Amino acid sequence: MATHTLNTPLTDADIEKLRSGDVVLLNGTIYTGRDAAHKRLVDLLDKGEPLPFDLKGAAIYYVGPSPAPPGRPIGSAGPTTSYRMDAFAPRLHSLGLKASIGKGKRSDEVKKAMRDYKAVYFGATGGAGALLSKCITSAKVIAFDDLGPEAIRELTVKDFPLLVINDAFGGELYAKPKLGD
Amino acid sequence: MREINPADISAAVARMCMSANTRLPADVRKKFEEGLKNESTEAGREIFRQLLENADLALETKLPLCQDCGLAVFYVELGEEAYVPGGVNKAITEGMVAGYKDGFLRKSSCDPLTRKNTGDNTPAIIHIDFVPGDKLKISFMAKGGGSENMSRVTMLAPSQGWEGIKKFVVQRVAEAGPNPCPPIILGVGIGGTFEQAPKNAKRALLRKLDDTHPDPKIAAMEAELLEAVNKLGIGPMGLGGDYTCLAVKIALAPCHIASLPLAVNVQCHSSRHEEVEF
Repeated sequence: MATHTLNTPLTDADIEKLRSGDVVLLNGTIYTGRDAAHKRLVDLLDKGEPLPFDLKGAAIYYVGPSPAPPGRPIGSAGPTTSYRMDAFAPRLHSLGLKASIGKGKRSDEVKKAMRDYKAVYFGATGGAGALLSKCITSAKVIAFDDLGPEAIRELTVKDFPLLVINDAFGGELYAKPKLGD
Repeated sequence: MREINPADISAAVARMCMSANTRLPADVRKKFEEGLKNESTEAGREIFRQLLENADLALETKLPLCQDCGLAVFYVELGEEAYVPGGVNKAITEGMVAGYKDGFLRKSSCDPLTRKNTGDNTPAIIHIDFVPGDKLKISFMAKGGGSENMSRVTMLAPSQGWEGIKKFVVQRVAEAGPNPCPPIILGVGIGGTFEQAPKNAKRALLRKLDDTHPDPKIAAMEAELLEAVNKLGIGPMGLGGDYTCLAVKIALAPCHIASLPLAVNVQCHSSRHEEVEF
């Protein structure tokens, strides 16, 4: 298992280096988006309207941060469970999204899209929102402000610690439950 | 009747909401420290290390342990001889709203269909039981959506019995896998009615992780379920390992002769709850 330091936007070459179980320290700009924001992104695509950020090489972080207290760019900011975005992810990958960041399992459709369009799924540690917020140096709402915690934010991250859960070659890091019998 | 000042209740509830969201309970911390030492996988030990660092940082900065500060759930025991002018519901709700605002906690409550955020984390989810005496006890739990989504209620046939219960619980944890932020804690409500089982399951999550059920038969059932669930090898954050579940807490209630209701309330590793008494 290797450790990679990567910068956004992510390229095909970046993605091809990654294997399930690798550690990635991510730097640059990433975008937050969870349930309601994904619905709106897809609605915009359906209407042929532009998205609030460029999907090419982008990484979306499934997070709804807690409010920023005075003197901090953001509140607690750990990952939310990813399967709820499975319905939207393949389409976004087909348009250039290179990575999603969350926790928990992905559907077969999302895994296929990651193979087809060279993309990865990163896991961040769930329930470590205070710790992860240390790696976020700035945060700005860029769309859907009315959604509150679910608004799309542009984050600047420095050495944001991630694990490759699903790589672009069908690799899977999560343990298969031993049901026995 | 003993009068309890609603402003005192609101102030205590506000403090509890802020404190529970930023201070990892001592019994949970102890389990994390035990996991850091005993988990056999390196990836699992690394998760415990991060969670302990997260807890230290949250305490120091007053940032919430998790960005999901939960729906605010309250289990209330209200003495039949206690009186709260204006009502205990109002006093608790006002305290919750103030705590979530002043503590910079995330408001996660929304309309189920339009998905519009209510903006102040209302409604507080308040379960009131009337008890003899003139005291008031309020237990608060910040219940996150990720683990709640992995919870289930089912109506088993009485013939399925303990084996059926065990099978359902193990299957539920296996299917949930990494989603609810393992190592999890399980509240299991057995019996009662359709609505009582999950209410009892959730209340069971208020117990200390290292307590022992006073009924030795139930204590043995809890140990048996814990062992069965941990054999799944899901491990911390689903990365594989020995620590899939930190504790199982069972609550039994009599049920209809035709039924065997079963509720599994899944709680994430950061079991955030506190209580206050008046």
